[in-house]
Amino acid sequence: MSLLSGWGRYPKADCTLVSARSPADVEAAIVAAPLIARGNGRAYGDAAMNAGQTLAMTGMDRMLSFEDGVLVAEAGVLLADIIQTFLPRGWFPMVTPGTKYVSLGGAIAADVHGKNHHLDGSFRTCVDWVDVMGPDGAVTRTVPGDDLFDWTLGGMGLTGVILRAQIRLRAVETMYIAQETRALTSLSETLEAFEQTLDAPYSVAWIDCSDGPHHGHSLLLLGRHATAQDLPPRWHPFAVKRKRKLPVPFGAPPFLFRGLWLRALNGIYWRRGARRAGHALVDWDSYFYPLDALSNWNRLYGRNGFVQFQCALPEHSSAAGLAELMATIAASQTGSVLSVLKRFGPQSGHFSFPMPGYTLALDFPASERSLELMSRLDEITLAHGGRFYLAKDARMPEAVAKADPRTEAFAAMRKQAGLSDRFVSMQSERLGI
Amino acid sequence: MSGPVLILGAASGIARAIARSFAEAGHSIQLAARNSSRLEDDAADLRTRYGIEVSLHDFDALTLDSHAAFVDTLPVLPEVAVCAVGAMGEQGQSEADPQAAAHILRSNFEGPASILAHLANAMEARGSGTLVGISSVAGDRGRASNYIYGSAKAGFTAFLSGLRNRLAKKGVHVVTVLPGFVRTAMLDGMETPGPLTAEPAEVGAAVVKAVEKQKNVIYTRPIWRIVMAVIRNIPEPVFKKTSL
Ligand SMILES: Cc1cc2nc3c(=O)[nH]c(=O)nc-3n(C[C@H](O)[C@H](O)[C@H](O)COP(=O)(O)OP(=O)(O)OC[C@H]3O[C@@H](n4cnc5c(N)ncnc54)[C@H](O)[C@@H]3O)c2cc1C
Ligand SMILES: NC(=O)c1ccc[n+]([C@@H]2O[C@H](COP(=O)([O-])OP(=O)(O)OC[C@H]3O[C@@H](n4cnc5c(N)ncnc54)[C@H](OP(=O)(O)O)[C@@H]3O)[C@@H](O)[C@H]2O)c1
Repeated sequence: MSLLSGWGRYPKADCTLVSARSPADVEAAIVAAPLIARGNGRAYGDAAMNAGQTLAMTGMDRMLSFEDGVLVAEAGVLLADIIQTFLPRGWFPMVTPGTKYVSLGGAIAADVHGKNHHLDGSFRTCVDWVDVMGPDGAVTRTVPGDDLFDWTLGGMGLTGVILRAQIRLRAVETMYIAQETRALTSLSETLEAFEQTLDAPYSVAWIDCSDGPHHGHSLLLLGRHATAQDLPPRWHPFAVKRKRKLPVPFGAPPFLFRGLWLRALNGIYWRRGARRAGHALVDWDSYFYPLDALSNWNRLYGRNGFVQFQCALPEHSSAAGLAELMATIAASQTGSVLSVLKRFGPQSGHFSFPMPGYTLALDFPASERSLELMSRLDEITLAHGGRFYLAKDARMPEAVAKADPRTEAFAAMRKQAGLSDRFVSMQSERLGI
Repeated sequence: MSGPVLILGAASGIARAIARSFAEAGHSIQLAARNSSRLEDDAADLRTRYGIEVSLHDFDALTLDSHAAFVDTLPVLPEVAVCAVGAMGEQGQSEADPQAAAHILRSNFEGPASILAHLANAMEARGSGTLVGISSVAGDRGRASNYIYGSAKAGFTAFLSGLRNRLAKKGVHVVTVLPGFVRTAMLDGMETPGPLTAEPAEVGAAVVKAVEKQKNVIYTRPIWRIVMAVIRNIPEPVFKKTSL
């Protein structure tokens, strides 16, 4: 038995953890008992937890071939490994989430999105095929256009165990990002700026949802891969550097997350950003993965852990929906240190999270008060035709998940294909998928 | 340093990590294991990640009479040879069935000692090379919970020590690796204390460093050197009543 949790350290549960090191191990596990696959545990909640059997996939981390940016690798390979191996050769992931410590299997199962979703779509953009082991141990190589492909990308491990996949990487000339920072003072200004910069390859905003004078202040970060010409003379396009990770050794005291402190923190962050607004060359790690510089930053929230709320809102109701969400958060005084706003573009697939419009993500300390607030945020999101990201979810009630008609369709498909009694997570049980 | 590195027992979790660390440092790799064709994916991984050459070789530590030919037919005598062969067995079974115990003794001591002896002689003749034996802290003191495995490792540790002494003036170096707990298949289903449990990659990096720096005996993690010093020094009248 191992005490497992997701990245948010909420909820926690004793799970029988079994390690897969080969396809034969996966088959043996599938035959033995119902299970859920687990990648690197970066989903926030209970998506990769099953008390009866959780199958650790990080031991299956072989890279099998690479040619001209096309990589075949086992599901347990981390994006961090892919970058470490191929960035010096001029290749970078086509789509990456805000941490590099995710496995290939986890990136596929959650069909993750990056700061370029508005132009490039979700992770599926770069996936040529996926080998999935089904309930009988048979392996299917599924390709775009297949029903199984559409359910597996975004299917949160509930269509079977992903063994390996072929993905395409992006050719880059340097390891740097040409970044432009804009400091903005309201939600509507921020949305306007997003709409005017839809051709920027990467964009993301940090927006202040706290109560007080800084409410709505944001920093919009635009980026594109720097070319060789962008670099000052004598900069090496792929200089290797080793950064030391700063550990977070113990849980931070909860008072850090009360209103006053937060307001002060967010205010300082914005003013610092505003002072430095403009253009800069930033290395890939600081640009894409600022949080990875602190190992175990999830411990900042203390022993009780934290929960994340992430919703997507359709284009037409984004402005009104975001304003209402932000006002509700501010009024609650529950506080959220990290509030991230992104523009989404078109999305295909049967069950992936993104939809054209906007997505807002916020962390809250796990407490009664936060959970109550999140129920209100659920209602607002649904009222505006939005939906929720399962990779971040730890607490949604079934009814909320099922307000999205795709949930019922997925559950029915799983039942019919004999998947629902083999591939089961605490999340799938909670949501009735 | 960039000559070939031979990994014996290459399917082991620790061995895979050691192979990666040497490949990352630019060495070509010879992977040797029972039924080595199952290591095609591991070979592909090393080639894909590090762009080095990898070859596969069938090897069984228990068929002693094949060892001379095994060394003779390697494409080249390696610069470094690492033996990760080992088997923990079930202590209960080893107690009840001396045959099973003998299998554990042979897998951890007789077989590894035999293949390293052949390699040692060949390296001695050449006048250079490094041998690395993966033994265990379990060999530092026999304990009721796994003394069959532990005694085999104790024998292997003594063998490595003697071999190092013999070859010290012959240009051949011997490294003894004493891992504590390492998160591999060997520990599947066992609960071990986090601070005392290493990831295989840590052991891989430590072994490459030990070879480069010509270390004699390394503990991974280093905290085990202290833990085992304490355990070794508990007086026998007390020790025999403990359950460690
Ligand atoms: C700091 C931080 C920032 C993040 N930023 C973003 C972001 O910008 N965009 C975004 O989209 N996400 C983001 N995420 C979420 C993260 O990308 C996803 O949760 C991702 O799925 C985690 O991958 P993992 O390997 O850790 O998978 P886990 O957390 O272990 O599992 C996640 C899901 O994938 C399934 N799964 C994993 N491996 C397999 C497999 N081999 N076969 C079948 N199913 C499998 C699991 O069953 C589970 O449902 C972020 C997370 C963190 C901690
Ligand atoms: N994991 C730990 O906590 C730990 C601690 C201290 C020491 N060690 C030692 O570290 C070494 C590697 O172990 P591990 O943890 O990586 O476990 P492992 O994965 O179980 O590795 C043991 C390896 O030994 C091989 N082997 C056994 N008998 C063999 C034989 N007759 N011929 C050829 N190969 C044989 C096995 O090959 P097959 O795949 O063919 O079975 C297996 O690959 C072992 O010597 C072990 O005793 C491990």
